[in-house]
Amino acid sequence: MPEILLTVLLIAFKSLVLMVSLLVFIAYILYADRKVWAAVQLRRGPNVVGPWGLLQSFADLLKFVLKEPVIPAGANKGLFLLAPFILVVLALAAWAVIPVNEGWAIADINVGILFVFAVSSLQVYGVIMGGWASNSKYAFLGALRSAAQMVSYEVSIGFVIITVLLCVGSLNLTQIVLAQDSAWGILGWFWLPLFPMFVIFLISALAETNRPPFDLPEAESELVAGFMVEYSSTPYLLFMLGEYVAIMTMCALMTILFLGGWLSPIPFAPFTWVPGPVWFVLKMCLCFYMFAMTKAFVPRYRYDQLMRLGWKVFLPISLAAVVIVAGVLQLTGWAPGAQ
Amino acid sequence: MTVTAAFFYLFAAITVASAFMVIAARNPVHSVLFLILAFVNSAGLFILLGAEFLAMILIVVYVGAVAVLFLFVIMLLDIDFAELRQGALQYLPIGTVVGIIFLVELVLVVTTYTLDPALLNLPAAAEAQTGITNTAQLGSVIYTKYVYFFQLSGLILLVAMIGAIVLTLRDRPGVKRQDAAKQAARTRETSIEIRKVKNREGV
Repeated sequence: MPEILLTVLLIAFKSLVLMVSLLVFIAYILYADRKVWAAVQLRRGPNVVGPWGLLQSFADLLKFVLKEPVIPAGANKGLFLLAPFILVVLALAAWAVIPVNEGWAIADINVGILFVFAVSSLQVYGVIMGGWASNSKYAFLGALRSAAQMVSYEVSIGFVIITVLLCVGSLNLTQIVLAQDSAWGILGWFWLPLFPMFVIFLISALAETNRPPFDLPEAESELVAGFMVEYSSTPYLLFMLGEYVAIMTMCALMTILFLGGWLSPIPFAPFTWVPGPVWFVLKMCLCFYMFAMTKAFVPRYRYDQLMRLGWKVFLPISLAAVVIVAGVLQLTGWAPGAQ
Repeated sequence: MTVTAAFFYLFAAITVASAFMVIAARNPVHSVLFLILAFVNSAGLFILLGAEFLAMILIVVYVGAVAVLFLFVIMLLDIDFAELRQGALQYLPIGTVVGIIFLVELVLVVTTYTLDPALLNLPAAAEAQTGITNTAQLGSVIYTKYVYFFQLSGLILLVAMIGAIVLTLRDRPGVKRQDAAKQAARTRETSIEIRKVKNREGV
């Protein structure tokens, strides 16, 4: 029994460290998002709290936590409060399997990529429940849009993941990174041979996380704030946090699937001395920079265009890619054995 | 072992309780949410059996896609809950008959079920013994031994999909459709006409 207790304590400790560092990272990612956006629009962005506004996110946190939560009279109280928790818990749960360095994942499971995929497909429940329980037109419309959008783009994300898995021969996230380890460095990672898939994954990730230009669930100009219009203070904070954790998960997934995870881009001496997690975080920041820039200069899609892009463009392309990649691997004999 | 047993009873109890709540809940939306809870806990039971691939697929397919659409439809329906409850008891006899038939069939299947002896000789045992993950094990039998059944189930799904499209696709006259290619191909010349408008005369 003491052994089990020790294992549980160890896992709890690891989870705590991961969660705290992830949340601090997200505080600065949020700041970076606002700064990039401001820079593109020739504004200054947050610059009041702390030096260069570095403590802005923490000030926002305090503000949200100290305000009074308002629950609408007609709302379904239980579901209304449950929805943000579901969203944020599921978003954080995905991080349990993500390896920041070789052997650094809290749970290094065989079906790691499927776990991340499954957990991120559950996040739509937080959105639907929040929108429905608010008992408001705007929130409900936002939730309906979001449900359709997230379900549509999950399909193409799934096929993109399959093309990568075909090249790896394993569903384990650590194995996926190790399969990209070669003497070629950055040129040996999957973004180069699977470049179209990388682009599709990036765009689908934007849609899956409701980021601009696909932020229709919360389109301010038509739906006020979409599914979270009735939320205030801490529940709203949880929605916001869940959204950013999901964005980080997508960046991490992109890093693992296409950008070689913790591997050094140039595979010789001075660069390989840099610890793996540094490369991992740098690559995640690069992915997030792409997210932030897209937000800054692409106008919002119309809803029917969004659906058309998902079902009539990405789905056929990614389906064809699965067939082509599988065919090429089989014919050339490059197909890896199952691990 | 005791930890596994404790988790088994936890998942099993929640599955059964939420399955009961699916039919007992007053609000249909709550029913669907309890159904989802039952799915997630069944996935937990699969993981305890060591079938992690099945567990994840159950969550991705049933919870992530099927139940979302289900919830979607139920939320859009304008249901009068009180009216819905009134006629519930009159369906009790037929519900009991269906339930009993189902129970008898289940008992018959479980009591007479035996494993194919050829299956027991396969090396597809627990991963701990063979070192092959169960995803690979499933793949190695689905695409070889059971390939016809696999293809057949795919065909059934295809027929169901085509059926659903045929039933819902209506070509009503007078519906405006968006043609994205046409919209994108619009240029300044085709969409803007510049005229010199004289003062106080209009176009």
